[in-house]
Amino acid sequence: MKSITAQKPLEELLESLGKAKKVFIVGCGTCPTMMGTGGVEQVSSLTERLGETRKKVTGSIVLPVACEPLPFEAQKEFLSEVDGAEAVLVMSCAYGVRAVADLLEIPVLPALNTLFIGREAEPGVFIEECSQCGDCVLALTGGICPITRCAKSLFNGPCGGSVGGKCEIDPKVPCGWQLIYDRLKALGRLEQMEVIIPPRDWSLSWSGGPRTYSLDEKERSKGSK
Amino acid sequence: MKAGTNLEKVLNAGYFAVTAEIGPPKGGSARVIESKGEMLRHTADAFNVTDNQTAVVRLSSLAACGILRRIGLDPVMQMLCRDRNRIMLQGDICGAVALGIGNLLCLTGDHVKFGNHPQSKVVFDIDSIQLISAVRTMRDEGKFISGEEVAGPIPIFIGAVENPYADPFEFRTARLSKKVRAGADFIQTQAVYDVPKFTQWMAEVCESGLDKQTHVLAGIIPVKAVGMARYMRDYVSGVEVPDWLVKRLEDAKDVREEGIKIILEIIEEVKLIPGVHGIHIQAVGWEEVVPEIVERAGLLPRPIV
Ligand code: SF4
Ligand code: SF4
Repeated sequence: MKSITAQKPLEELLESLGKAKKVFIVGCGTCPTMMGTGGVEQVSSLTERLGETRKKVTGSIVLPVACEPLPFEAQKEFLSEVDGAEAVLVMSCAYGVRAVADLLEIPVLPALNTLFIGREAEPGVFIEECSQCGDCVLALTGGICPITRCAKSLFNGPCGGSVGGKCEIDPKVPCGWQLIYDRLKALGRLEQMEVIIPPRDWSLSWSGGPRTYSLDEKERSKGSK
Repeated sequence: MKAGTNLEKVLNAGYFAVTAEIGPPKGGSARVIESKGEMLRHTADAFNVTDNQTAVVRLSSLAACGILRRIGLDPVMQMLCRDRNRIMLQGDICGAVALGIGNLLCLTGDHVKFGNHPQSKVVFDIDSIQLISAVRTMRDEGKFISGEEVAGPIPIFIGAVENPYADPFEFRTARLSKKVRAGADFIQTQAVYDVPKFTQWMAEVCESGLDKQTHVLAGIIPVKAVGMARYMRDYVSGVEVPDWLVKRLEDAKDVREEGIKIILEIIEEVKLIPGVHGIHIQAVGWEEVVPEIVERAGLLPRPIV
């Protein structure tokens, strides 16, 4: 499992930097390094490309795990390295951007787009298999997520647009409900397809408002499962 | 009687029903709806109005059905799950009842990707089967999805769509059965061109007794031009246009006449299939051909019930 990211175009980065001239770059040694979007190489290539514009890169670092809090000593060192910069570009997923921003009083800007939490299905190809809905139904659907793998998040699919195993939105996209059907068939649980699944409680997902979760049961927000 | 609409009465009396689709304009003209309604008045028992079909913004189905009601026609309001959550869906159902609209066709809806606002946020809070079931619960139990009481009756004749050609092939009858169990009183199918395949599906439908629990109306889409037939064959997912049909149009001197002949032949065959209780003509943007088709198919005059 990884945070799947893609690089933003340089023009967009320049626009987000605005008047800030002195820039510090942060990369991440975990997901972005594995994906080739924000590791050592990409940090140095961005340093170079920014150098060709009128920006000045004051320094850079690749944090081992950008989304994790830094130990106290490392934090002090990081702050002194960043000192003097007018903005920070973070080449990690939005969680890394958030963690770095918590340490600084200057603009901390994303250099990547965070696409989804995904899995490498075949070399170099990542797929989204879960949208973190808060109430997992994989037990009902042969282990394939109807919310994420069906373009219409149907619970009683497939729709009439499913043809030849493909989804109506694109002949390259597999129909999630065909996948569910095939898997249930292989498992000998096709009768599951006949069950009418009732409307879903979306309040457990993002529709219920920003989500937090505490290990302390008493602190947990109402409704979280 | 569930809603007492003309469509329900015609079907219950055992007549072969005809419904016709009216496409609303991309603007606010009531006149367009009224004139299409007037043109088709005596040719069908009820009139479907599409709901922002293919994700292209148009005059709303609710408003257009209200206009048809005002001129004394029996509308079938199409309702999609794509653009409204359960609050708005149920609110609009109450609104439809208030305007005297008694037939409702519940659909999932084409993905926004096909439309003129592909950047939209899709809703899909509930799916079409959950919508059918919600309308049934509002009507028969007087309750909203939340369980709260509906104030007053919701007399709605509930429709659903079905595509006999969609995959997975082996699941198609079970899918219809789910819709019927959820509460579909009538079914309008995807366009029928491949009659043998449709006949086979209907045989399965009758075998499982579903023809006794719901009314199946076969979808009919008249083809106006060779290009349209090719386009539907190659690009419209879920519609199966056989090659012979395209060929016949290609070879025809008078394409319009040939297109009508093909459709009349299909109607003739479909009429004889056990369990088919009517046809639903979707002459998208070509509504003026409907009276001619219905007349030449020997389906006039429409019954008065
Ligand atoms: S049902 Fe919810 S938790 Fe389970 S895979 Fe789908 S989105 Fe993730
Ligand atoms: S074709 Fe399949 S995946 Fe696509 S929207 Fe329909 S049911 Fe969902």
